[in-house]
Amino acid sequence: MSTNRLKFAGAGLLAAFALLLSGSAMASGLPPLNMPEGVTEISREVYGLHMMMLKICAVIGALVFVIMLTSIILHRKSRGVTPAKWHESTSVEIAWTVIPFAILVAVAIPATATLVKMEDTGGAEMTIKITGYQWNWHYDYLDHDIEFFSNLDADSTQAYQLGSDLSPLDVEHYLLNVDEPMVIPTGTRVRLLLTAGDVIHAWWVPEFALKKDAIPGFINEMWVNVEKPGIYRGQCAELCGRGHGFMPVVVVAKEPADFEAWVAERTGTE
Amino acid sequence: MAYSATADEHHDEHHDGPAPGLMRWVTTTNHKDLGTLYLWFSLIMFFVGGSMALVIRAELFQPGLSLVQPEFFNQMTTMHALIMIFGAVMPAFVGLANWLLPMMIGAPDMALPRVNNWGFWILPFAFTLLLSTLFMPGGAPASGWTMYPPLVLQTGEAFPFLILSIHLMGISSIMGAINIVATILNMRAPGMDLMKMPLFVWSWLITAYLLIAVMPVLAGAVTMLLTDKYFGTAFFTAAGGGDPVLFQHIFWFFGHPEVYILILPAFGIVSHIIPAFCRKPLFGKASMVYAMAAIAFLSFIVWAHHMFTVGMPLAAALFFMFATMLIAVPTGVKIFNWLATMWRSAMTFETPMLFALGFVFMFTIGGLSGLMLAIVPADFQYHDSYFVVAHFHYVLVPGSVFAIMAGVYFWLPKWTGVMYNETLGKLHFWLTTIFVNLTFFPMHFIGLAGMPRRIPDYALQFTTFNQMATIGAIGFGLSQLIFLYIVIQSARRAGEKASDRVWEGTEGLEFELSSPPAYHTFTTPPTVR
Repeated sequence: MSTNRLKFAGAGLLAAFALLLSGSAMASGLPPLNMPEGVTEISREVYGLHMMMLKICAVIGALVFVIMLTSIILHRKSRGVTPAKWHESTSVEIAWTVIPFAILVAVAIPATATLVKMEDTGGAEMTIKITGYQWNWHYDYLDHDIEFFSNLDADSTQAYQLGSDLSPLDVEHYLLNVDEPMVIPTGTRVRLLLTAGDVIHAWWVPEFALKKDAIPGFINEMWVNVEKPGIYRGQCAELCGRGHGFMPVVVVAKEPADFEAWVAERTGTE
Repeated sequence: MAYSATADEHHDEHHDGPAPGLMRWVTTTNHKDLGTLYLWFSLIMFFVGGSMALVIRAELFQPGLSLVQPEFFNQMTTMHALIMIFGAVMPAFVGLANWLLPMMIGAPDMALPRVNNWGFWILPFAFTLLLSTLFMPGGAPASGWTMYPPLVLQTGEAFPFLILSIHLMGISSIMGAINIVATILNMRAPGMDLMKMPLFVWSWLITAYLLIAVMPVLAGAVTMLLTDKYFGTAFFTAAGGGDPVLFQHIFWFFGHPEVYILILPAFGIVSHIIPAFCRKPLFGKASMVYAMAAIAFLSFIVWAHHMFTVGMPLAAALFFMFATMLIAVPTGVKIFNWLATMWRSAMTFETPMLFALGFVFMFTIGGLSGLMLAIVPADFQYHDSYFVVAHFHYVLVPGSVFAIMAGVYFWLPKWTGVMYNETLGKLHFWLTTIFVNLTFFPMHFIGLAGMPRRIPDYALQFTTFNQMATIGAIGFGLSQLIFLYIVIQSARRAGEKASDRVWEGTEGLEFELSSPPAYHTFTTPPTVR
């Protein structure tokens, strides 16, 4: 009898939480739930791999849960069932070893293909060297005479402080904005060289599906070919001290002509 | 399996009770006393580490720094992890091993009782050292529990205390592990050959070998950090010809087997509880053992999947991806075996079973997100994001912690001789389950949407899910007070008398003993047929 009361209490709590969740989701509009598809051929492939894995995992998970719930509902002592005696079956064991293995082989093939593409850093049309510091990024255009530091913008810096009178809600692109973004041309294969001056950082732009560590004494390589002009935002992804949350990455992709104009302006004024 | 007790412990054990007073707990070499000490220590650390998690979650309730400075936030994330891993989960498993292994294999005690005492009493000193760093100039370590150089070398006065406390934890773990191997291999009752051993014993035998293999590796890594900082070496300093990535390789060569140290005993516990409340033997016992052995072996060749973004050769990335994916096979076998055990059984749903079912349910979620993380191109997106935080908390909290709680509810009546309050136990389960999901499920979403881990403040689009997680964490923390109350009540022997078998479907030597068992049990070994 106390168990029954408990079941009702449990159901009530569940319902209350469902309400709470839907309520808070409606209040602020649904926030982003999933990985962005991104703006490069690679990022779309990565997104495809992610969705494929998510679906496979969802199906396997659902299968496990359905079998479990069926047992919980049907095979309970209170229904007066007698437990079966069997506890072994070699053929079943072989089946659930071999079938998952086959699924793994099937997903390993496209994953390998995408990885091979990502790691092929040849054929670059321009190169930018990115150096992580505590706590900003330095961009050095090796083919042009341009280099600069990129810091968190002044508004975010003011708003994040403990006891600040500027609310983060009033700052546009709070914590995801910089004083000077990295600028790249669209439709161009840009090679990015990554290193760091003090501790390890990681350069991450989700829209490009690129994340790599910037390590002192090492030079890491990756490449990007952005299709659409736009502003793409990311953050440092490797704990690098007190300012780790405050060194965003902002990349502005411009049409090649606009990019050339930007280069001319930068080099002309310097 | 059938047993015959050759000695009736009820009237054969009048000698050698516990020493009177507090000194009993300092000088004890009794496996039951030490098991109790380990479990209480673990529970205290669970609350200490948990309150640090609440500081983290409170700061993350809204964008903008509202409670603490970023450096203190980083100290909290670092200390929370170290305390939960080395102070809460590992000692809880060792405590369960101490209480249960001798009773399960029909041994009078652990093979090395004094080592056992020493192994436990190192821990309070290790954690006093670690916690004392919170009050030092420069504060506690703030580099994350992974202690990556060069960042960790910027730690202030806390640094040598961190290294020393890790050495002490390592010594304690190694001694515990040696003791467990020695006990299992030498002290089994006649007739208990290896394949007849209960699965919790098997899981700990494998875990102990993992511990012996990797704790010295961690000790080596942190010693190199120490000499880099104070003695002018440059193992990990690029400017001196060293290699910061080398540390990550060494650390994760320890770290990945460590992950399985934190889950294999949980597999063992759940494999006892599910058959008991299903009233049906465990399906595929032999394959359960082989699966654990396979997982343990694979754990040594997958370490670099924690560091795909350091930039490794394509061939290395592919090797580690394939090896990591392989782990899904034996892990799947275990899940399917538990499902097959439930199929056509006669289940009841007492608190230990609820926690065990919760374990299977939510460990599956954590395991599947782990499989997603193995896919290197996608891992570039997941790595160091909240998706990873969601993943490992799903395997550690509704995984390891649920299994520990399931085990405590399952064997507590055996240890104390009284039943706990079943209604409160169920309430604890339901509240914990609801809040644990409210805390950790939204983290998948914010991680995929691009929120990095270990940041004290975040962009506005992550607010809603962070608020859910914070509400969940507070609820989770408060729900554990019910557990504390239940355990204290049982320790005070308040409750109905438990029978020797405790539950209807139990099997195993420990349930042949009285509840509570005598201070010394199986002084004459039983014969296992």
